[in-house]
Amino acid sequence: MTATPIDNGFKGSAARNAAARARLLRALLPALSLALVLAAIAWLNPRAISYFGFSLMLNLAIPIALATIAQMFVIAGNELDLSIGTFVGFVGCVTATWLKDAPLIGVLILAGSIGIYALLGALIHLRNLPSIVVTLGMSFVWQGLAILVLPKPGGKAPDWLLAIMSFKPLFIPFPIIAALLIAAVVHFGLMRTSYGVILRGSGGNPAALRRAGWSLLKTKIVLFALAGLFGVLSGMALIGITTSADANIGNGYTLLAIAGVILGGGEFVGGRVSPIGAVIGALTLALAASPLLTFMHIPPDWQVAANGAILIIVLAARVLISRRER
Amino acid sequence: MASLKTLLTKPWIWSFAGALLVWLATIAFTGGYGAGGMVTAALSLAVFTVIVGVGQMFVITLGPGNVDLSLPANIGLASAVAMKVMGGSDAMIVVGLLAALACGAAIGAINYLLIWALRIPPIIATLSASFIIQSVDISYGRGLQIKPPPGFADFTNWQVLGIPVLAMLTVLFTIGAAIALQRMIYGRSVLAIGQNIRAAWLAGVNVGRIRFLTYTLSGALGGIDGALLAGYFRGANVDIGNEYLLASIAVVVIGGTSVAGGKANVPGVWGAALFLVLLLTMLNTFGVSAGVRLLLTGLIIVGVITAAGGEKAVR
Repeated sequence: MTATPIDNGFKGSAARNAAARARLLRALLPALSLALVLAAIAWLNPRAISYFGFSLMLNLAIPIALATIAQMFVIAGNELDLSIGTFVGFVGCVTATWLKDAPLIGVLILAGSIGIYALLGALIHLRNLPSIVVTLGMSFVWQGLAILVLPKPGGKAPDWLLAIMSFKPLFIPFPIIAALLIAAVVHFGLMRTSYGVILRGSGGNPAALRRAGWSLLKTKIVLFALAGLFGVLSGMALIGITTSADANIGNGYTLLAIAGVILGGGEFVGGRVSPIGAVIGALTLALAASPLLTFMHIPPDWQVAANGAILIIVLAARVLISRRER
Repeated sequence: MASLKTLLTKPWIWSFAGALLVWLATIAFTGGYGAGGMVTAALSLAVFTVIVGVGQMFVITLGPGNVDLSLPANIGLASAVAMKVMGGSDAMIVVGLLAALACGAAIGAINYLLIWALRIPPIIATLSASFIIQSVDISYGRGLQIKPPPGFADFTNWQVLGIPVLAMLTVLFTIGAAIALQRMIYGRSVLAIGQNIRAAWLAGVNVGRIRFLTYTLSGALGGIDGALLAGYFRGANVDIGNEYLLASIAVVVIGGTSVAGGKANVPGVWGAALFLVLLLTMLNTFGVSAGVRLLLTGLIIVGVITAAGGEKAVR
């Protein structure tokens, strides 16, 4: 938790410039880490840097980015969602069964699950519950429901979803376009609209918002509903790529999503999050976890460790920068 | 009557009441069959949750944001370390246990090192550590099929008059933990930090050292738990600790410890652990499917925490 620098007016202009530079560096850190990982891949295997290479390497980045955005909304309100992974799995199971066989019921189920997310936000706010425990409990609920919907791996993605996810635009690979689109839309909504400011403010200074007459209950409901919405999108995108589902398919996403938000420059408390950073963080994790290791001939056993190591390295870099910021 | 009233104000009484209720519901279903055996089985399984639960309780008591997410990975790695060091030989049991303890304690110390050096919230520190531990475990424990030494396996299953010896020892351990929490400088310091870290620091509590000790303690307990689990379930396994992430946090919260920190409750950990184990036994007895079992477990945890309610977190 780094303290925000306070301009006290006594600092010299040189010190202020240094602080501004450090802040800029800090904002660029997510992009720098992604560039570093890309450079490493380009150096190890130049052929990977191509239309086909990126389409392949970043394929799974879309659902990860969407799950990261979902987690980001929750973190923006000073909460944490430990159930997003199993929720993505549940959505995947519904997508591969109901959404294909009975689209109307499928849509109703998915809309209902977003409603449950909104209710959870209300519950957490009204009873002042620790979100970690509530969402940890919910992770069992989603997993249980996923197994009930799809007891054995299988099912099939709806054709329209397969068509979307295998879309091959000219020149720029689809995952990159999708990532840009997600980042742009969420950035606009959360960082550029007035209600977006209120949403972030609910994490930054809830007491001030309440005194200014805003409903904290409403902001929490909206944040959790948005998390649910992006969780649904993530599950659907995942099934569009894998074509069939499994109740455990999303389990790893809980930790990946948290890591993505933090990599992208988000803070745990204080409503300091960055949608563009979160998407970049998700891309970095997606690239570093598997393609980079494969090119470095490191066995897949160390995939998870690579995520942990990147997280630690980036956080260490952030500490070094923040020290200068002060 | 007065004593009953004071009893009802204790936060831990509800978890025991819940455990009793679940047990009664199950034996009502079976018509009294297996009532004693169920208690024995519940005690032997609850032990594993209690050990990590106590470690998690001390960590959570440090205040908001303090939680050890590395316990499942820690348990998995320690189980592999213990089995490898013991190598199936009775003579190496103590050495193996010490190795698991040291492995866990080292993980705890690294957790705190990350928190301290990177100044990051404990959730992120323990999370990144658990990523790395998990990989170390997968790589180290690959194809590991060493059985625990017969003496160790027998010890973890040893019962006297239907009561597991491990459960008795764990009761002694929890009594020690309760004394450490309420009567010793260490425990009082943990509570003080949880109530107000700045006030504790101003009052002369060595905040850094106490936090370091607490994370190391939690790690060490995870390590011991891993070794015991490997003995009880006849072998180490990468996934052996997976369920203890939810379980360790759930027993702390259901047991009446404040998630906002500064208020801990040791007996409640036992009550909540028995409640969770008996709940699973009940659902299994009723013959529900895996999906329904998970669904109900989750709903009951959310329900219990909602009923218990949160206190105003002081941020």
